[in-house]
Amino acid sequence: MTILVDVSHRLGGFQLEARFASPGHLTALFGPSGSGKTSIVSMIAGLIRPDRGSVEIDGRVLTDRASGIFLPTHRRRIGAVFQDARLFPHMSVRRNLAYGKWFAPARERYADTGRIVELLGIGHLLERRPNLLSGGEKQRVAIGRALLASPRLLLMDEPLASLDEARKSEIMPYIERLRDELKIPIVYVSHSIAEVARLATDIVVMSDGKVAASGPTGEIIQRLDLLPAEERGEGGVVLDMTVAAHDIRYGVTVLKSAAGEIRVPRIRAETGSAVRLRLRARDVMIATAEPVALSAQNILRGKIARIAHASNPLVEIHVDCHGQQVLSRITRLSLDALRLHVGQEVFAVIKSVAFDHENLSNSLADQGF
Amino acid sequence: MELTPDEWNAVRLSIKVAVWAMLGSLPLGLLTALILARGNFWGKSLLNGIVHLPLILPPVVTGYLLLLSFGRRGPVGAFLAEHFGIVFSFRWTGAALACAIMGFPLMVRAIRLSIEAVDRRLEAAAGTLGAGTVWVFATITLPLILPGIIAGMILSFGKAMGEFGATITFVSNIPGETQTLPSAIYTFTQIPGGDAGALRLTLISVAISMAALMASEALAQRASRRIEGA
Repeated sequence: MTILVDVSHRLGGFQLEARFASPGHLTALFGPSGSGKTSIVSMIAGLIRPDRGSVEIDGRVLTDRASGIFLPTHRRRIGAVFQDARLFPHMSVRRNLAYGKWFAPARERYADTGRIVELLGIGHLLERRPNLLSGGEKQRVAIGRALLASPRLLLMDEPLASLDEARKSEIMPYIERLRDELKIPIVYVSHSIAEVARLATDIVVMSDGKVAASGPTGEIIQRLDLLPAEERGEGGVVLDMTVAAHDIRYGVTVLKSAAGEIRVPRIRAETGSAVRLRLRARDVMIATAEPVALSAQNILRGKIARIAHASNPLVEIHVDCHGQQVLSRITRLSLDALRLHVGQEVFAVIKSVAFDHENLSNSLADQGF
Repeated sequence: MELTPDEWNAVRLSIKVAVWAMLGSLPLGLLTALILARGNFWGKSLLNGIVHLPLILPPVVTGYLLLLSFGRRGPVGAFLAEHFGIVFSFRWTGAALACAIMGFPLMVRAIRLSIEAVDRRLEAAAGTLGAGTVWVFATITLPLILPGIIAGMILSFGKAMGEFGATITFVSNIPGETQTLPSAIYTFTQIPGGDAGALRLTLISVAISMAALMASEALAQRASRRIEGA
Protein backbone atom coordinates (compact mmCIF):
# COMPACT_ATOMS: atom_id res chain seq x y z
CA MET A 1 0.00 0.00 0.00
CA THR A 2 1.41 3.32 -1.03
CA ILE A 3 -0.40 6.56 -0.65
CA LEU A 4 0.71 9.43 -2.86
CA VAL A 5 -0.77 12.84 -2.24
CA ASP A 6 0.33 15.97 -4.05
CA VAL A 7 -2.30 18.69 -3.90
CA SER A 8 -2.83 22.42 -3.72
CA HIS A 9 -6.12 23.83 -2.65
CA ARG A 10 -7.45 27.17 -1.56
CA LEU A 11 -10.27 27.30 0.98
CA GLY A 12 -11.18 30.89 1.76
CA GLY A 13 -8.00 32.43 3.13
CA PHE A 14 -6.41 29.06 3.82
CA GLN A 15 -3.86 27.69 1.41
CA LEU A 16 -3.16 23.97 1.45
CA GLU A 17 0.02 22.81 -0.21
CA ALA A 18 0.62 19.20 0.68
CA ARG A 19 2.86 16.59 -0.80
CA PHE A 20 3.77 13.27 0.75
CA ALA A 21 4.16 9.60 0.05
CA SER A 22 3.47 7.01 2.69
CA PRO A 23 4.07 3.29 2.53
CA GLY A 24 2.28 3.15 5.85
CA HIS A 25 0.19 0.45 7.19
CA LEU A 26 -1.38 3.02 9.47
CA THR A 27 -0.44 6.49 8.32
CA ALA A 28 -1.21 9.22 10.81
CA LEU A 29 -1.90 12.75 9.66
CA PHE A 30 -0.81 14.67 12.70
CA GLY A 31 -1.07 18.37 13.43
CA PRO A 32 -3.07 21.04 15.25
CA SER A 33 -6.65 21.81 14.23
CA GLY A 34 -6.78 23.92 11.13
CA SER A 35 -3.56 22.53 9.70
CA GLY A 36 -5.32 20.91 6.76
CA LYS A 37 -5.60 17.29 7.87
CA THR A 38 -9.32 16.97 7.30
CA SER A 39 -9.05 18.64 3.88
CA ILE A 40 -6.52 16.02 2.81
CA VAL A 41 -8.73 13.21 4.03
CA SER A 42 -11.69 14.74 2.18
CA MET A 43 -9.60 14.81 -0.98
CA ILE A 44 -8.63 11.18 -0.60
CA ALA A 45 -12.32 10.31 -0.11
CA GLY A 46 -13.33 12.43 -3.09
CA LEU A 47 -15.49 14.78 -1.04
CA ILE A 48 -13.33 17.75 -2.08
CA ARG A 49 -11.85 18.26 -5.52
CA PRO A 50 -8.40 19.85 -5.13
CA ASP A 51 -7.57 22.93 -7.20
CA ARG A 52 -4.44 21.24 -8.44
CA GLY A 53 -2.68 17.94 -8.04
CA SER A 54 -3.30 14.26 -7.70
CA VAL A 55 -4.15 11.50 -5.25
CA GLU A 56 -2.98 7.98 -5.90
CA ILE A 57 -3.53 4.86 -3.83
CA ASP A 58 -1.58 1.73 -4.71
CA GLY A 59 -0.96 2.89 -8.25
CA ARG A 60 -4.64 3.68 -8.77
CA VAL A 61 -5.17 7.31 -9.69
CA LEU A 62 -8.23 8.65 -7.86
CA THR A 63 -7.80 12.31 -8.68
CA ASP A 64 -5.56 13.97 -11.21
CA ARG A 65 -6.48 17.48 -12.20
CA ALA A 66 -3.87 17.57 -14.98
CA SER A 67 -5.45 14.70 -16.91
CA GLY A 68 -8.98 15.45 -15.71
CA ILE A 69 -9.44 12.29 -13.67
CA PHE A 70 -11.83 12.46 -10.76
CA LEU A 71 -13.32 9.24 -9.49
CA PRO A 72 -16.59 9.97 -7.64
CA THR A 73 -16.70 9.14 -3.94
CA HIS A 74 -18.95 6.11 -4.24
CA ARG A 75 -16.68 4.46 -6.79
CA ARG A 76 -13.47 4.85 -4.74
CA ARG A 77 -14.20 2.14 -2.18
CA ILE A 78 -12.53 4.15 0.54
CA GLY A 79 -14.21 3.75 3.90
CA ALA A 80 -14.48 6.69 6.24
CA VAL A 81 -15.03 7.07 9.95
CA PHE A 82 -15.71 10.63 11.03
CA GLN A 83 -15.40 12.39 14.37
CA ASP A 84 -19.20 12.39 14.61
CA ALA A 85 -20.17 8.81 13.86
CA ARG A 86 -22.76 9.88 11.25
CA LEU A 87 -24.90 6.79 11.72
CA PHE A 88 -28.12 6.87 9.74
CA PRO A 89 -30.74 7.82 12.35
CA HIS A 90 -33.64 6.11 10.57
CA MET A 91 -32.00 2.69 10.51
CA SER A 92 -31.20 0.15 13.19
CA VAL A 93 -27.57 -0.69 13.91
CA ARG A 94 -27.98 -3.85 11.84
CA ARG A 95 -29.18 -1.91 8.80
CA ASN A 96 -26.50 0.72 9.28
CA LEU A 97 -23.88 -2.01 9.23
CA ALA A 98 -25.33 -3.65 6.14
CA TYR A 99 -25.66 -0.40 4.20
CA GLY A 100 -22.40 -0.52 2.27
CA LYS A 101 -22.13 -4.26 2.01
CA TRP A 102 -23.72 -4.77 -1.38
CA PHE A 103 -22.05 -1.91 -3.17
CA ALA A 104 -18.73 -3.73 -3.32
CA PRO A 105 -18.37 -6.17 -6.24
CA ALA A 106 -18.87 -9.73 -5.01
CA ARG A 107 -15.33 -10.93 -5.66
CA GLU A 108 -13.83 -7.96 -3.78
CA ARG A 109 -16.09 -8.40 -0.77
CA TYR A 110 -13.76 -9.55 1.96
CA ALA A 111 -15.53 -8.27 5.05
CA ASP A 112 -17.41 -10.86 7.04
CA THR A 113 -20.28 -9.48 9.12
CA GLY A 114 -19.99 -12.03 11.91
CA ARG A 115 -16.27 -11.53 12.34
CA ILE A 116 -16.42 -7.75 12.32
CA VAL A 117 -19.37 -7.63 14.71
CA GLU A 118 -17.40 -9.90 17.02
CA LEU A 119 -14.15 -7.98 16.56
CA LEU A 120 -15.81 -4.70 17.49
CA GLY A 121 -17.94 -6.19 20.24
CA ILE A 122 -21.23 -4.77 18.92
CA GLY A 123 -23.28 -7.97 18.72
CA HIS A 124 -25.64 -6.88 21.50
CA LEU A 125 -26.42 -3.56 19.80
CA LEU A 126 -27.70 -4.84 16.46
CA GLU A 127 -31.41 -4.16 17.00
CA ARG A 128 -30.93 -0.75 18.63
CA ARG A 129 -31.40 2.64 17.10
CA PRO A 130 -28.30 4.89 16.87
CA ASN A 131 -29.67 7.50 19.27
CA LEU A 132 -29.71 4.91 22.06
CA LEU A 133 -25.99 4.20 21.78
CA SER A 134 -23.21 5.76 23.81
CA GLY A 135 -20.51 7.78 22.05
CA GLY A 136 -18.07 4.88 22.10
CA GLU A 137 -20.66 2.40 20.82
CA LYS A 138 -21.63 4.75 18.00
CA GLN A 139 -18.02 5.04 16.95
CA ARG A 140 -17.55 1.27 16.98
CA VAL A 141 -20.67 0.81 14.82
CA ALA A 142 -19.37 3.50 12.45
CA ILE A 143 -16.08 1.62 12.14
CA GLY A 144 -17.96 -1.61 11.49
CA ARG A 145 -20.16 0.02 8.88
CA ALA A 146 -17.13 1.36 7.03
CA LEU A 147 -15.37 -2.01 7.17
CA LEU A 148 -18.36 -3.98 5.91
CA ALA A 149 -18.24 -2.06 2.65
CA SER A 150 -14.93 -3.93 2.12
CA PRO A 151 -12.93 -0.77 1.53
CA ARG A 152 -9.47 -0.73 -0.01
CA LEU A 153 -8.42 1.92 2.49
CA LEU A 154 -9.95 3.19 5.69
CA LEU A 155 -9.92 6.88 6.55
CA MET A 156 -10.38 7.79 10.19
CA ASP A 157 -10.84 11.49 10.81
CA GLU A 158 -10.32 12.19 14.53
CA PRO A 159 -12.47 9.18 15.42
CA LEU A 160 -11.76 9.59 19.13
CA ALA A 161 -11.75 13.37 19.45
CA SER A 162 -15.33 13.65 20.69
CA LEU A 163 -14.93 10.91 23.30
CA ASP A 164 -13.75 11.09 26.89
CA GLU A 165 -10.62 9.28 28.05
CA ALA A 166 -12.47 6.16 29.18
CA ARG A 167 -14.21 5.80 25.81
CA LYS A 168 -10.93 6.45 23.99
CA SER A 169 -9.18 3.61 25.72
CA GLU A 170 -12.27 1.50 24.99
CA ILE A 171 -11.87 2.01 21.23
CA MET A 172 -8.10 2.10 20.73
CA PRO A 173 -7.58 -1.65 21.10
CA TYR A 174 -10.16 -2.19 18.35
CA ILE A 175 -8.27 0.10 16.01
CA GLU A 176 -5.09 -1.82 16.79
CA ARG A 177 -6.89 -5.03 15.89
CA LEU A 178 -7.91 -3.57 12.53
CA ARG A 179 -4.30 -2.65 11.92
CA ASP A 180 -2.80 -5.94 13.06
CA GLU A 181 -5.45 -8.58 12.39
CA LEU A 182 -7.41 -7.32 9.39
CA LYS A 183 -4.32 -5.64 7.98
CA ILE A 184 -6.43 -2.99 6.36
CA PRO A 185 -4.47 0.13 5.40
CA ILE A 186 -5.59 3.11 7.45
CA VAL A 187 -5.11 6.85 7.22
CA TYR A 188 -5.65 8.22 10.69
CA VAL A 189 -6.15 11.91 11.43
CA SER A 190 -5.35 13.13 14.91
CA HIS A 191 -3.99 16.02 16.90
CA SER A 192 -3.19 13.82 19.88
CA ILE A 193 0.39 12.66 20.17
CA ALA A 194 -0.69 9.86 22.50
CA GLU A 195 -2.99 8.32 19.87
CA VAL A 196 -0.50 8.75 17.06
CA ALA A 197 2.43 7.31 19.00
CA ARG A 198 0.38 4.30 19.93
CA LEU A 199 -1.29 3.55 16.62
CA ALA A 200 0.76 4.86 13.72
CA THR A 201 3.38 3.08 11.68
CA ASP A 202 4.10 6.23 9.71
CA ILE A 203 3.45 9.87 10.47
CA VAL A 204 2.82 12.87 8.28
CA VAL A 205 3.13 16.05 10.34
CA MET A 206 0.96 18.90 9.06
CA SER A 207 1.42 22.51 9.98
CA ASP A 208 -0.35 25.50 8.49
CA GLY A 209 -1.46 23.68 5.35
CA LYS A 210 1.95 22.22 4.67
CA VAL A 211 3.71 18.95 5.37
CA ALA A 212 6.31 19.71 8.05
CA ALA A 213 7.77 16.20 8.07
CA SER A 214 6.88 12.65 7.22
CA GLY A 215 8.39 9.26 7.88
CA PRO A 216 8.25 6.19 10.11
CA THR A 217 6.79 6.74 13.57
CA GLY A 218 10.04 5.93 15.37
CA GLU A 219 11.84 8.74 13.57
CA ILE A 220 9.17 11.40 13.64
CA ILE A 221 8.10 10.96 17.23
CA GLN A 222 11.55 11.96 18.51
CA ARG A 223 11.39 15.34 16.91
CA LEU A 224 9.93 17.46 19.64
CA ASP A 225 10.37 20.56 17.49
CA LEU A 226 7.52 19.28 15.30
CA LEU A 227 5.08 19.25 18.16
CA PRO A 228 2.91 22.21 19.07
CA ALA A 229 4.29 23.95 22.18
CA GLU A 230 1.53 22.68 24.47
CA GLU A 231 2.07 19.07 23.37
CA ARG A 232 5.84 19.18 23.60
CA GLY A 233 5.80 17.62 27.06
CA GLU A 234 4.00 14.64 25.49
CA GLY A 235 6.77 14.01 22.99
CA GLY A 236 9.39 11.36 23.32
CA VAL A 237 10.32 8.09 21.78
CA VAL A 238 8.56 4.88 20.94
CA LEU A 239 10.35 1.68 21.87
CA ASP A 240 9.40 -1.62 20.31
CA MET A 241 9.94 -4.23 22.98
CA THR A 242 9.08 -7.84 23.71
CA VAL A 243 7.56 -9.27 26.82
CA ALA A 244 10.37 -11.15 28.59
CA ALA A 245 8.66 -12.32 31.75
CA HIS A 246 5.90 -11.71 34.25
CA ASP A 247 6.65 -11.37 37.93
CA ILE A 248 3.40 -12.31 39.59
CA ARG A 249 4.64 -11.64 43.10
CA TYR A 250 5.18 -7.95 42.45
CA GLY A 251 2.62 -7.59 39.68
CA VAL A 252 5.29 -6.56 37.23
CA THR A 253 5.99 -7.35 33.59
CA VAL A 254 9.54 -7.26 32.28
CA LEU A 255 10.00 -5.88 28.78
CA LYS A 256 13.19 -6.32 26.81
CA SER A 257 14.87 -4.69 23.86
CA ALA A 258 18.37 -3.82 22.70
CA ALA A 259 18.32 -0.83 25.01
CA GLY A 260 17.87 -3.03 28.07
CA GLU A 261 15.14 -4.17 30.39
CA ILE A 262 12.20 -2.13 31.53
CA ARG A 263 9.73 -3.11 34.23
CA VAL A 264 6.13 -2.03 33.98
CA PRO A 265 3.01 -2.77 35.99
CA ARG A 266 1.74 -6.12 34.84
CA ILE A 267 0.08 -6.18 31.42
CA ARG A 268 -1.97 -8.86 29.77
CA ALA A 269 0.33 -10.04 27.06
CA GLU A 270 1.91 -13.37 26.44
CA THR A 271 5.62 -13.84 26.98
CA GLY A 272 7.40 -13.20 23.71
CA SER A 273 4.74 -10.92 22.22
CA ALA A 274 5.63 -7.48 20.92
CA VAL A 275 4.55 -4.31 22.65
CA ARG A 276 5.09 -0.69 21.88
CA LEU A 277 6.11 1.62 24.66
CA ARG A 278 6.05 5.37 24.62
CA LEU A 279 8.62 7.15 26.75
CA ARG A 280 7.85 10.80 27.25
CA ALA A 281 10.97 12.96 27.22
CA ARG A 282 9.79 14.70 30.38
CA ASP A 283 9.70 11.37 32.22
CA VAL A 284 13.35 10.58 31.53
CA MET A 285 16.11 11.92 33.80
CA ILE A 286 19.86 11.84 33.16
CA ALA A 287 22.52 10.63 35.61
CA THR A 288 26.25 10.72 34.96
CA ALA A 289 26.99 7.83 37.31
CA GLU A 290 24.93 4.69 37.84
CA PRO A 291 22.42 5.67 40.49
CA VAL A 292 22.21 3.56 43.60
CA ALA A 293 19.52 3.54 46.24
CA LEU A 294 16.97 5.06 43.91
CA SER A 295 13.29 4.18 43.87
CA ALA A 296 13.13 4.34 40.08
CA GLN A 297 13.87 0.83 38.82
CA ASN A 298 14.29 1.45 35.15
CA ILE A 299 17.76 2.67 34.25
CA LEU A 300 19.15 2.38 30.74
CA ARG A 301 22.84 2.82 29.96
CA GLY A 302 23.80 4.80 26.87
CA LYS A 303 25.80 7.55 25.23
CA ILE A 304 24.71 11.10 24.54
CA ALA A 305 24.23 11.29 20.79
CA ARG A 306 22.95 14.82 20.49
CA ILE A 307 22.04 17.81 22.58
CA ALA A 308 19.31 19.96 21.09
CA HIS A 309 18.54 23.37 22.47
CA ALA A 310 14.80 23.32 22.09
CA SER A 311 13.45 26.26 23.97
CA ASN A 312 14.87 28.12 26.92
CA PRO A 313 15.19 26.94 29.59
CA LEU A 314 14.88 23.36 28.37
CA VAL A 315 17.18 21.14 26.34
CA GLU A 316 16.65 17.75 24.75
CA ILE A 317 19.24 15.05 25.27
CA HIS A 318 19.25 12.21 22.76
CA VAL A 319 20.73 9.15 24.40
CA ASP A 320 21.79 6.24 22.23
CA CYS A 321 21.12 3.06 24.20
CA HIS A 322 22.69 0.28 22.17
CA GLY A 323 21.10 1.50 18.98
CA GLN A 324 17.78 2.61 20.44
CA GLN A 325 17.20 6.28 20.99
CA VAL A 326 15.85 7.58 24.25
CA LEU A 327 14.92 11.21 24.59
CA SER A 328 15.23 13.24 27.76
CA ARG A 329 14.12 16.75 28.47
CA ILE A 330 16.06 18.55 31.17
CA THR A 331 16.77 22.14 32.12
CA ARG A 332 19.73 24.05 30.82
CA LEU A 333 20.76 24.53 34.40
CA SER A 334 21.11 20.75 34.84
CA LEU A 335 22.95 20.49 31.54
CA ASP A 336 25.60 22.93 32.72
CA ALA A 337 25.74 21.62 36.28
CA LEU A 338 26.37 18.05 35.06
CA ARG A 339 28.64 19.28 32.24
CA LEU A 340 26.94 16.98 29.77
CA HIS A 341 28.47 16.67 26.33
CA VAL A 342 28.03 14.54 23.22
CA GLY A 343 29.69 11.14 23.46
CA GLN A 344 29.49 11.05 27.23
CA GLU A 345 28.37 7.85 28.90
CA VAL A 346 25.19 8.45 30.91
CA PHE A 347 22.27 6.66 32.54
CA ALA A 348 18.72 7.40 31.51
CA VAL A 349 16.50 7.08 34.55
CA ILE A 350 12.88 6.44 33.74
CA LYS A 351 10.29 7.36 36.30
CA SER A 352 7.89 4.49 36.70
CA VAL A 353 4.99 6.82 36.42
CA ALA A 354 5.68 6.95 32.69
CA PHE A 355 3.91 3.65 32.18
CA ASP A 356 0.23 4.12 32.09
CA HIS A 357 -1.94 2.01 29.91
CA GLU A 358 -2.32 4.70 27.36
CA ASN A 359 1.36 4.43 26.59
CA LEU A 360 1.47 0.69 26.37
CA SER A 361 0.21 -0.84 23.27
CA ASN A 362 -0.39 -4.33 22.15
CA SER A 363 -3.28 -5.87 20.35
CA LEU A 364 -3.93 -8.15 23.28
CA ALA A 365 -2.60 -6.02 26.09
CA ASP A 366 -5.59 -3.82 26.60
CA GLN A 367 -8.46 -6.18 26.16
CA GLY A 368 -10.47 -6.17 29.27
CA PHE A 369 -9.07 -2.89 30.50
CA MET B 1 -78.39 14.72 8.32
CA GLU B 2 -79.65 13.80 4.86
CA LEU B 3 -77.71 14.94 1.82
CA THR B 4 -79.24 15.37 -1.62
CA PRO B 5 -77.55 13.55 -4.54
CA ASP B 6 -76.13 16.86 -5.74
CA GLU B 7 -74.65 17.54 -2.34
CA TRP B 8 -73.13 14.07 -2.22
CA ASN B 9 -71.68 14.69 -5.64
CA ALA B 10 -70.06 17.88 -4.41
CA VAL B 11 -68.48 16.06 -1.44
CA ARG B 12 -67.19 13.20 -3.57
CA LEU B 13 -65.94 15.54 -6.25
CA SER B 14 -64.14 17.75 -3.78
CA ILE B 15 -62.28 14.80 -2.28
CA LYS B 16 -61.44 13.43 -5.74
CA VAL B 17 -60.19 16.81 -6.94
CA ALA B 18 -58.13 17.37 -3.79
CA VAL B 19 -56.53 13.90 -3.88
CA TRP B 20 -55.61 14.26 -7.56
CA ALA B 21 -54.30 17.77 -7.04
CA MET B 22 -52.15 16.55 -4.13
CA LEU B 23 -50.78 13.42 -5.82
CA GLY B 24 -50.41 15.05 -9.22
CA SER B 25 -48.33 17.94 -7.94
CA LEU B 26 -46.14 15.80 -5.66
CA PRO B 27 -43.43 14.71 -8.17
CA LEU B 28 -42.98 18.20 -9.56
CA GLY B 29 -43.24 19.70 -6.08
CA LEU B 30 -40.49 17.41 -4.77
CA LEU B 31 -38.29 18.19 -7.76
CA THR B 32 -38.85 21.94 -7.42
CA ALA B 33 -38.15 21.80 -3.68
CA LEU B 34 -34.91 19.91 -4.39
CA ILE B 35 -33.82 22.42 -6.99
CA LEU B 36 -34.60 25.36 -4.74
CA ALA B 37 -32.96 23.79 -1.68
CA ARG B 38 -29.85 22.39 -3.32
CA GLY B 39 -29.45 24.13 -6.66
CA ASN B 40 -27.21 27.09 -7.21
CA PHE B 41 -27.92 28.61 -10.56
CA TRP B 42 -28.73 31.85 -12.28
CA GLY B 43 -32.45 32.57 -12.13
CA LYS B 44 -33.06 30.68 -8.91
CA SER B 45 -34.86 33.62 -7.31
CA LEU B 46 -36.96 33.98 -10.47
CA LEU B 47 -38.03 30.33 -10.18
CA ASN B 48 -38.75 30.87 -6.51
CA GLY B 49 -40.90 33.88 -7.40
CA ILE B 50 -42.88 31.98 -10.02
CA VAL B 51 -43.53 29.11 -7.61
CA HIS B 52 -44.84 31.52 -5.00
CA LEU B 53 -46.91 33.57 -7.44
CA PRO B 54 -50.24 31.74 -6.81
CA LEU B 55 -49.86 32.60 -3.13
CA ILE B 56 -49.85 36.34 -3.71
CA LEU B 57 -51.97 36.74 -6.86
CA PRO B 58 -55.74 37.08 -6.41
CA PRO B 59 -57.13 33.56 -7.09
CA VAL B 60 -59.34 35.00 -9.81
CA VAL B 61 -56.23 36.14 -11.68
CA THR B 62 -54.69 32.68 -11.45
CA GLY B 63 -57.96 31.15 -12.68
CA TYR B 64 -58.17 33.60 -15.55
CA LEU B 65 -54.55 32.93 -16.57
CA LEU B 66 -55.35 29.22 -16.52
CA LEU B 67 -58.38 29.84 -18.68
CA LEU B 68 -56.24 31.79 -21.15
CA SER B 69 -53.51 29.16 -21.41
CA PHE B 70 -55.27 25.87 -20.64
CA GLY B 71 -58.67 26.71 -22.11
CA ARG B 72 -59.76 24.98 -25.30
CA ARG B 73 -58.41 27.80 -27.39
CA GLY B 74 -55.45 28.53 -25.18
CA PRO B 75 -52.02 27.50 -26.51
CA VAL B 76 -51.38 24.76 -23.93
CA GLY B 77 -55.00 23.58 -23.76
CA ALA B 78 -55.34 23.27 -27.53
CA PHE B 79 -52.07 21.37 -27.78
CA LEU B 80 -52.99 18.92 -25.02
CA ALA B 81 -56.49 18.35 -26.42
CA GLU B 82 -55.20 17.74 -29.91
CA HIS B 83 -52.27 15.44 -29.12
CA PHE B 84 -53.26 13.70 -25.91
CA GLY B 85 -56.99 14.16 -25.72
CA ILE B 86 -56.62 15.80 -22.31
CA VAL B 87 -59.16 18.54 -21.73
CA PHE B 88 -59.10 20.80 -18.68
CA SER B 89 -61.66 23.49 -19.31
CA PHE B 90 -65.01 22.92 -17.62
CA ARG B 91 -63.98 19.45 -16.43
CA TRP B 92 -63.13 18.16 -12.98
CA THR B 93 -59.56 17.70 -14.23
CA GLY B 94 -59.42 21.46 -14.65
CA ALA B 95 -60.56 21.89 -11.06
CA ALA B 96 -57.76 19.53 -9.98
CA LEU B 97 -55.23 21.52 -12.03
CA ALA B 98 -56.36 24.83 -10.52
CA CYS B 99 -56.20 23.35 -7.01
CA ALA B 100 -52.77 21.81 -7.65
CA ILE B 101 -51.38 25.15 -8.76
CA MET B 102 -52.87 27.01 -5.82
CA GLY B 103 -51.45 24.48 -3.36
CA PHE B 104 -48.08 24.18 -5.09
CA PRO B 105 -46.20 26.94 -3.22
CA LEU B 106 -47.34 25.52 0.13
CA MET B 107 -46.20 22.03 -0.79
CA VAL B 108 -42.84 23.18 -2.17
CA ARG B 109 -42.18 25.32 0.88
CA ALA B 110 -42.79 22.51 3.36
CA ILE B 111 -40.64 20.03 1.45
CA ARG B 112 -37.89 22.57 0.81
CA LEU B 113 -37.55 23.35 4.51
CA SER B 114 -37.22 19.68 5.35
CA ILE B 115 -34.58 19.17 2.64
CA GLU B 116 -32.59 22.11 3.97
CA ALA B 117 -32.70 20.54 7.43
CA VAL B 118 -31.10 17.28 6.24
CA ASP B 119 -27.57 16.77 7.53
CA ARG B 120 -25.61 16.55 4.29
CA ARG B 121 -22.76 14.84 6.09
CA LEU B 122 -24.99 11.77 6.34
CA GLU B 123 -25.26 11.77 2.56
CA ALA B 124 -21.48 12.11 2.27
CA ALA B 125 -21.12 9.15 4.62
CA ALA B 126 -23.45 7.09 2.42
CA GLY B 127 -21.31 8.09 -0.56
CA THR B 128 -18.15 6.77 1.07
CA LEU B 129 -19.99 3.48 1.64
CA GLY B 130 -20.48 3.16 -2.10
CA ALA B 131 -23.94 4.58 -2.71
CA GLY B 132 -24.39 6.66 -5.86
CA THR B 133 -26.43 9.86 -6.00
CA VAL B 134 -29.79 8.24 -6.79
CA TRP B 135 -29.32 5.55 -4.17
CA VAL B 136 -28.32 8.11 -1.53
CA PHE B 137 -31.45 10.08 -2.30
CA ALA B 138 -33.72 7.05 -2.12
CA THR B 139 -32.29 5.54 1.07
CA ILE B 140 -31.07 8.53 3.07
CA THR B 141 -32.56 11.82 1.90
CA LEU B 142 -36.08 10.61 1.15
CA PRO B 143 -36.71 8.87 4.49
CA LEU B 144 -35.30 11.87 6.34
CA ILE B 145 -37.58 14.37 4.59
CA LEU B 146 -40.69 12.19 4.81
CA PRO B 147 -42.30 14.33 7.56
CA GLY B 148 -41.82 17.39 5.35
CA ILE B 149 -43.34 15.61 2.37
CA ILE B 150 -46.36 14.56 4.44
CA ALA B 151 -46.79 18.11 5.71
CA GLY B 152 -46.55 19.43 2.16
CA MET B 153 -49.12 16.93 0.89
CA ILE B 154 -51.57 17.81 3.62
CA LEU B 155 -51.18 21.53 3.01
CA SER B 156 -51.82 20.89 -0.68
CA PHE B 157 -54.87 18.74 0.10
CA GLY B 158 -56.22 21.31 2.53
CA LYS B 159 -55.74 24.14 0.09
CA ALA B 160 -57.52 22.11 -2.61
CA MET B 161 -60.48 21.39 -0.33
CA GLY B 162 -60.92 25.12 0.21
CA GLU B 163 -60.00 26.43 -3.23
CA PHE B 164 -62.75 28.54 -4.73
CA GLY B 165 -61.68 31.59 -6.75
CA ALA B 166 -59.33 30.04 -9.28
CA THR B 167 -61.54 26.96 -9.71
CA ILE B 168 -64.78 28.81 -10.37
CA THR B 169 -63.02 31.19 -12.77
CA PHE B 170 -61.33 28.41 -14.73
CA VAL B 171 -63.92 25.61 -14.79
CA SER B 172 -67.10 27.34 -13.65
CA ASN B 173 -69.62 25.75 -11.29
CA ILE B 174 -71.25 22.78 -13.00
CA PRO B 175 -73.04 20.35 -10.63
CA GLY B 176 -71.59 16.85 -10.94
CA GLU B 177 -68.61 17.99 -12.99
CA THR B 178 -66.88 20.99 -11.44
CA GLN B 179 -69.03 21.91 -8.47
CA THR B 180 -66.76 21.33 -5.47
CA LEU B 181 -67.79 21.87 -1.85
CA PRO B 182 -66.92 25.59 -1.72
CA SER B 183 -68.75 26.22 -5.02
CA ALA B 184 -71.77 24.28 -3.77
CA ILE B 185 -71.83 26.26 -0.52
CA TYR B 186 -71.52 29.46 -2.50
CA THR B 187 -74.44 28.38 -4.70
CA PHE B 188 -76.59 27.64 -1.63
CA THR B 189 -75.91 31.10 -0.23
CA GLN B 190 -77.11 32.63 -3.48
CA ILE B 191 -80.56 31.01 -3.45
CA PRO B 192 -83.47 31.72 -1.02
CA GLY B 193 -83.82 28.98 1.64
CA GLY B 194 -80.38 27.58 0.95
CA ASP B 195 -79.10 28.19 4.46
CA ALA B 196 -79.71 24.63 5.67
CA GLY B 197 -77.82 23.13 2.72
CA ALA B 198 -74.96 25.60 3.13
CA LEU B 199 -74.68 24.70 6.82
CA ARG B 200 -74.72 20.94 6.11
CA LEU B 201 -71.92 21.24 3.58
CA THR B 202 -69.99 23.59 5.85
CA LEU B 203 -70.05 21.01 8.65
CA ILE B 204 -68.87 18.30 6.26
CA SER B 205 -66.12 20.57 4.99
CA VAL B 206 -64.92 21.22 8.53
CA ALA B 207 -65.03 17.48 9.36
CA ILE B 208 -63.00 16.46 6.30
CA SER B 209 -60.37 19.13 6.88
CA MET B 210 -60.03 18.22 10.55
CA ALA B 211 -59.76 14.51 9.76
CA ALA B 212 -57.06 15.17 7.15
CA LEU B 213 -55.12 17.36 9.54
CA MET B 214 -55.23 14.81 12.35
CA ALA B 215 -54.28 11.95 10.06
CA SER B 216 -51.30 13.91 8.78
CA GLU B 217 -50.26 14.79 12.31
CA ALA B 218 -50.25 11.12 13.26
CA LEU B 219 -48.34 10.15 10.10
CA ALA B 220 -45.77 12.89 10.54
CA GLN B 221 -45.24 11.92 14.16
CA ARG B 222 -44.63 8.32 13.18
CA ALA B 223 -42.21 9.38 10.47
CA SER B 224 -40.19 11.67 12.71
CA ARG B 225 -40.07 9.03 15.42
CA ARG B 226 -38.51 6.77 12.87
CA ILE B 227 -35.95 9.39 11.96
CA GLU B 228 -35.01 10.17 15.51
CA GLY B 229 -34.87 6.46 16.07
CA ALA B 230 -36.83 6.54 19.32
